[in-house]
Amino acid sequence: MSQITPEIIPSHGIKPDEYAKILEILGREPNLTELGIFSVMWSEHCSYKSSKKWLKTLPTKAPWVICGPGENAGIIDIGDGDAIVFKMESHNHPSFIEPYQGAATGVGGILRDVFTMGARPIANMNALRFGDPSHPKTRHLVAGVVAGIGGYGNCVGVPTVGGETNFHSSYNGNILVNAMTVGLARKDNIFYSAAAGVGNPVVYFGSKTGRDGIHGATMASAEFDEKSEEKRPTVQVGDPFTEKLLIEACLELMATDAIVAIQDMGAAGLTSSSFEMASKGGLGIEMDLDAVPMREEGMTAYEIMLSESQERMLMVLKPGREAEAKAIMDKWELDFAVVGTLTDSGRMVLKRHGAVVADLPIDPLALASPEYDRPWVAPAKRAVIDAKEVKAVCPAEALKTLVACPDLASRRWIYQQYDHMVMGDTVLRPGGDAAVVRIHGTTKAVAITTDVTPRYVLADAYEGGRQAVAEAYRNLSAVGALPMAITDNLNFGNPEKPEIMGQIVEAIRGMGQACRELDFPVVSGNVSLYNETQGTAIQPTPAVGGVGLLEDVTKSVSVPFREEGSNIVLIGETKGWLGASLYLREICGSEEGAPPPVALHRERRAGELVRQLIGDGMVLACHDVSDGGLLVAVAEMSMASAKHLGAQLDAPSSLPLHAWCFGEDQGRYVLEVSDGDLASVLEEAQEHDTAVRVIGKTGGHVISVGGRAVRVDELFAANEAWLPAFMGAEMSGH
Amino acid sequence: MKAAVIVFPGSNCDRDVAVALQASMGAKPLMVWHRDTQLPDLDLIVVPGGFSYGDYLRCGAMAAHSPIMREVKAKADQGTRVLGICNGFQILTETGLLPGVLMRNKDLKFICKDVHLRVESDQTDFCRQYQAGQTVRFPIAHAEGNYFADPETFKAMEGNGQIAFRYCSSLGEVTDGANPNGSLSNVAGVYNARHNVLGLMPHPERLAEDLLGGSDGKAMFDSLVEALS
Repeated sequence: MSQITPEIIPSHGIKPDEYAKILEILGREPNLTELGIFSVMWSEHCSYKSSKKWLKTLPTKAPWVICGPGENAGIIDIGDGDAIVFKMESHNHPSFIEPYQGAATGVGGILRDVFTMGARPIANMNALRFGDPSHPKTRHLVAGVVAGIGGYGNCVGVPTVGGETNFHSSYNGNILVNAMTVGLARKDNIFYSAAAGVGNPVVYFGSKTGRDGIHGATMASAEFDEKSEEKRPTVQVGDPFTEKLLIEACLELMATDAIVAIQDMGAAGLTSSSFEMASKGGLGIEMDLDAVPMREEGMTAYEIMLSESQERMLMVLKPGREAEAKAIMDKWELDFAVVGTLTDSGRMVLKRHGAVVADLPIDPLALASPEYDRPWVAPAKRAVIDAKEVKAVCPAEALKTLVACPDLASRRWIYQQYDHMVMGDTVLRPGGDAAVVRIHGTTKAVAITTDVTPRYVLADAYEGGRQAVAEAYRNLSAVGALPMAITDNLNFGNPEKPEIMGQIVEAIRGMGQACRELDFPVVSGNVSLYNETQGTAIQPTPAVGGVGLLEDVTKSVSVPFREEGSNIVLIGETKGWLGASLYLREICGSEEGAPPPVALHRERRAGELVRQLIGDGMVLACHDVSDGGLLVAVAEMSMASAKHLGAQLDAPSSLPLHAWCFGEDQGRYVLEVSDGDLASVLEEAQEHDTAVRVIGKTGGHVISVGGRAVRVDELFAANEAWLPAFMGAEMSGH
Repeated sequence: MKAAVIVFPGSNCDRDVAVALQASMGAKPLMVWHRDTQLPDLDLIVVPGGFSYGDYLRCGAMAAHSPIMREVKAKADQGTRVLGICNGFQILTETGLLPGVLMRNKDLKFICKDVHLRVESDQTDFCRQYQAGQTVRFPIAHAEGNYFADPETFKAMEGNGQIAFRYCSSLGEVTDGANPNGSLSNVAGVYNARHNVLGLMPHPERLAEDLLGGSDGKAMFDSLVEALS
């Protein structure tokens, strides 16, 4: 009798046309195990079926790119035989349902993607979006996600060095938890996932398989409704201690030459890891599920294949190396089992209790899985807002409001719960433009940032996509690092709606253009769609994780003003763009208007100029101008300085004061420059054909502009107070 | 000076302290796996920070019963210097090498930040390059650093000069506001009665190099090298 009833097919998220295709591929009805395998492999989460067509348009190559998208993570060459391996990945749906475990296992998953390739993880980052602070769930979700990220990363002993957090009502029903890991490998010791060598053993190691997380990938590929809470059993449970052992065991095994191919078990667990390895190698696998280490008795083939139990790996070993590999796993007290053999059949044959329980062709489920060209409509363009039409408020008052608003308030409450110093190489800690982590034992360093401004992407997906990449480029340049490559994490709503698909298409087009013009290729990424609840979509959020290189870490600069009486220099053009700005939203209560345009050629020139000035030692402090505009950037430099050094600014008369102070024009940096270096800085700017203007002096303990002033202490207190007050925690000094 | 660093499954500051030791003593310390049962002749044993055995059961409780800790205890009893940092401090209290216990932080959260410490005594091998009363800056990174000892024990410890460091303000004032985790009497680190074993929650190895934001921690390793070489 058929196991497949009409109810079972849609409950696996399989559409009628997809089921027809399954029948055509198999020439028969699938059994339940096989249907389960199709459902996870063809889920949006695993197959990228809605986005693949557009992702292919992104630039992925450069002379320094060792490995682009398609592997567990991207890899770039940083010279001297060293390589940086990195990727960002979402764990949105599970984190909303069970914030601690959802976020924790998100960190665990992305760590595995990186050490699977032979890299020791050296830094974690995260990009978080929560609902409106007034929403009843927001506080609980922030507390759980932050504790989960810390709980996992702190125990594993990888520093969490930075990230970003936003609040907006569009995330009320769908928070975003995007985690990024950066790892360090030797260029000549990188591991890939393509299986090779018919007859070679397929080996499982790590934790045992349990019944947790079954169908996580399918859950992550559907909209939420009022019953989403019932999906809690599909959220996995993490064990960072085992992950730490797994890292050490993997790296120890990787120091031998026993491994042919290796892949972590992430979404869709044993199914996706085995199918992907076989598909990339053009081979088949015969697997005996009885050999899989199991946490509980009586698990079915369906459950074993769809379990998303954490901290598990699959690898192909060279023949005869099993004992050597097992000895290392024994040392680290991890499970080890030979579960299968590579075949030349191109099929996945699964046995349980001696009988064949699934027999599927591999390619149609993996590399040749469905690809859709979904209908899309370009989002409507918004009107440009004239700054003169926007209400002018006293700049000192507006500044006080802005630095205390949820999107600009200090994130100290968050990053103090993350160990950001373990491993002893964190040179620039959280709170700056980019984190800087030294390459252990050298004078080189990587700079890391995560960026996107979702309100810009909502206002204009193309410009917003360009801006996300440009801001990452800017944040890396602001610490003196050469931007090398990005990873992206594309978070959108339901792609079956043409207007959402339009956001995806346009944002990717914008990102691609920015990447090309800035020589800043995409080397890895992740897509998270269906971030909708009861028909309401999130703001489109294509998060960008950027990585840059500092050849000499001692030359990096950071945000805090350092000296009294030095010059405050603004790089880049200011037109006073207030459309889609924080000033408009927080002071005027409007989210209208076109976002600021990005001029990529100017962006590039400004970045080159700033990096050169920093490299030449002419910059005391540097900060990019982003959310909140120029006055917020200057205030952040004052608040970050230990002595709370103030700034006296001269606004030009050519612009309305509020537009000059709070316009979010792109491509700008604020530099602190000593008198002795000022002439050279101005000259260099001219040579780079980049707008430059001395806008004031550091000194005193107030920020003054246009005849108004506000104490830095007062701003600092307001900036620090919001998040702890919101979370109901006390301030604990320092 | 000959030094060893004990490595448990889940230790994660073992490399960091080895780097700091090497910078002060000019040679790599010996890294000793938790299943080992013997230690060679040594001047210093470091029990590093991290999450030994995942902090399961209770921080440090399982590590305290590992094979190597029997040997560490025997060496400590013979007078070998033992330094426990963060999780290492927790392990030393669980082993009974140091008095008191470390409980959950008062606000129940993990805290990672720089704190100021007042050096209570400069008459030990660990602190001879500091001055008593000096204010130093070390980072903390823990969720269970809330020190407690019963009043009788604590009184005896104070009388015997066993308080090593107290949390204080940047100006050196020992205040409630400067206490990050609720520790009794702002205690950040303690000695055993013989002063050859020191445990502290803050991480001297994390600020032992100016590039990382400060080097107040370096003097502790320099002190040990000076005393034990």
